[in-house]
Amino acid sequence: MSSIKIELRQEDVAKISEICASFNNDPQELINVLHKCQEHFGYLPAEVQEVVSNQLAVPVARIYGVITFYSFFTMTPKGKHPISICMGTACYVRGAEKVLDEFKKELGLQVGQTSGDGKFSLSSLRCVGACGLAPVVMVGDKTYGRVAPDDVKNILKEYE
Amino acid sequence: METIKLTIDNKPVAVPRGTTVNKAARELGIDIPVLCWMELHDLNIENNPAGCRICVVEIEGRRNLAPSCVTKCEEGMVVKTHTTRVLNARRTVMEFILSDHPKDCLICPKSGNCELQTMAHRLGIREIPGQEIAAMSTYRKDTSPSIIRDLDKCIMCRRCEMMCNVVQTVGALSAVNRGFMAVVAPAFEQNLEHSTCTYCGQCVAVCPTGALTEVDHTPDVLRALADPSKTVIVQTAPAVRAALGEMFGMEPGTLVTGKMVTALRVLGFDYVFDTDFAADLTIMEEGTELLDRLNRHLKGDTSARLPILTSCCPGWVNFFEEYFPDLKDVPSSAKSPQQMFGAIAKTYFAEKIGISRKDMVVVSIMPCLAKKYECQREEFSTDNNPDVDYSISTRELATFIKQANIELNNLEDGEFDAPLGESTGAGVIFGTTGGVIEAAVRTAYELYTGKKLERLDFTELRGLEGVRSATIDFNGLPLNIGIAHGLGNARKLLDDVRSGKSQFHAIEVMACPGGCIGGGGQPLHHGNSEIIKARAAAIYAEDKKKPIRKSHENPFIIKLYEEFLGKPNSEKAHHLLHTHYFDKKKKIVVKQ
Repeated sequence: MSSIKIELRQEDVAKISEICASFNNDPQELINVLHKCQEHFGYLPAEVQEVVSNQLAVPVARIYGVITFYSFFTMTPKGKHPISICMGTACYVRGAEKVLDEFKKELGLQVGQTSGDGKFSLSSLRCVGACGLAPVVMVGDKTYGRVAPDDVKNILKEYE
Repeated sequence: METIKLTIDNKPVAVPRGTTVNKAARELGIDIPVLCWMELHDLNIENNPAGCRICVVEIEGRRNLAPSCVTKCEEGMVVKTHTTRVLNARRTVMEFILSDHPKDCLICPKSGNCELQTMAHRLGIREIPGQEIAAMSTYRKDTSPSIIRDLDKCIMCRRCEMMCNVVQTVGALSAVNRGFMAVVAPAFEQNLEHSTCTYCGQCVAVCPTGALTEVDHTPDVLRALADPSKTVIVQTAPAVRAALGEMFGMEPGTLVTGKMVTALRVLGFDYVFDTDFAADLTIMEEGTELLDRLNRHLKGDTSARLPILTSCCPGWVNFFEEYFPDLKDVPSSAKSPQQMFGAIAKTYFAEKIGISRKDMVVVSIMPCLAKKYECQREEFSTDNNPDVDYSISTRELATFIKQANIELNNLEDGEFDAPLGESTGAGVIFGTTGGVIEAAVRTAYELYTGKKLERLDFTELRGLEGVRSATIDFNGLPLNIGIAHGLGNARKLLDDVRSGKSQFHAIEVMACPGGCIGGGGQPLHHGNSEIIKARAAAIYAEDKKKPIRKSHENPFIIKLYEEFLGKPNSEKAHHLLHTHYFDKKKKIVVKQ
């Protein structure tokens, strides 16, 4: 999994320790701890995992195993405007892949990556429950329906 | 215990509650094939993720086939192990596994010793449907000083993960990623070298395929042997002689000491020496250190750290440097026998035969993979010339012997060369759990009490229990001894030392279950702990027949001190035979 480094400050370490302590440093609570940490940092860089490993006495290899198993967890920070393209069946058959390719081309990013300026990140997801609008794209909380590859440039313009 | 009655393939069987279908079938002589499942019964080690589904059976009244390795027997159960449905499912599972497995068996280091290959053969797989269109998952190869990971060959049985986490509590390996991308890897998929791996090699010892193997140093040894300017010296660890024969079709527990010596001579080594000699030397140094700490402790010197921990196992040294760096002054500072041997060979012996250390190549034959890393440690070299140049495993030696057209079985027994080949029974038992401390007790008792030991077999220190303890009467002083084998067991004793609860004066630790006889470089046991027991028995038998069984009575050790080292723990002995440890725990970096 691609990863972005973080320089931990003392208060970051304190925050992680606080989260772990709120779950009694119980190794069984690893997933909950990771949820809270991702909520706080926006992502779970290696450095954060190492502090969690120390606090919960869980090998960091295992933590990395959990993070790479669940697609919710990420080791790269989301962009200011996270872009998600629905690849559910309905969206897929109506051309979501071509839309995704266009986003990849325009942004120069692969799925799971974040632009260097931290503005956009690209991800795919499965079904947002708006199949009537297929193909669906979400940017942050905003939903775009019946997106064609030609619309991609205009969508991105809204966030410049 | 409650008994459960069931039938398997129409045969009735009664087993205790909690027995799995697979084991119940074994009672009846029905050998349901298993792949991911593995057990070392006498060592309390079991891998049962029910991941591969090779062992499925049909159970009357159940819709789905059940994995027999984890399905518990129930009263009245009717099990069928070879219906058409079962056989088809088993074949399909195998075809799926093979569809994502390289077909380079001809040149795979595990060929002939691979459980996957054996299973494909047993199930009679002759083609893999969809092979032409199926993609193969690929993963980069990772080479560390001891272990090679070739994860294209990983079948996700997760035995290595179980050994690393449950048995050894090292936690270097974990299953990561999903589906096609799933592999067993260190954190962040770094190379093993940058992980917490101790190189104990237990992952290699249980890997059913060629995914985990040792770094092969036999080509380097061959090159050294072919170089006329080099004097090539070999040392053999005690556990090797109790296992090497297995690779030549002999019964587990067959001692091949003499044949091994002859084979090494035929291979062209200039001197065939014995690590057991260095084991005797270790006892002199470690035993003296124990008595020194003990005497200081008894006089009320609080700086004398007790318990003393043995330090001959390199996997164990790596473990405490990683996990207990705060206790790094607790283990004995004595080097391992391998390194003591190298240090003496390249000084004392090189001087004796009048050559410089640069013209001498020291090769060790070890049951161990961590030894490969150990001999590469910087502190064990002088002017960039390592004390031990190459360490090869029992398995590598067997391959080497076969390549040289030597029929081990038909060789005459040979004798080790003097002076570094002469050893006592105390040196031999280093190869099994409890052996180092038994050897130390034999010497320390006589040195401490000034009396002759009446009984040399300390059976209370023997056995395969993971953590053992015994109290030996040192002429009125009760000496409390702890023994742990397997790093998870060692961790328990270390936690007590750290918290100040430990009542032991001395603790022996071996990283591998069973000690060196169960080492990561030994012939593969394929989950049969009887093999490890047989090797232990062989080691004790060798001890028993030695004319001298106490390290301090080894005449060549006495001579070495007289001619060269002075006294145990002398300045010269310290310089050559002792070491220091490092804090290897990864620190959390905080930005100021």
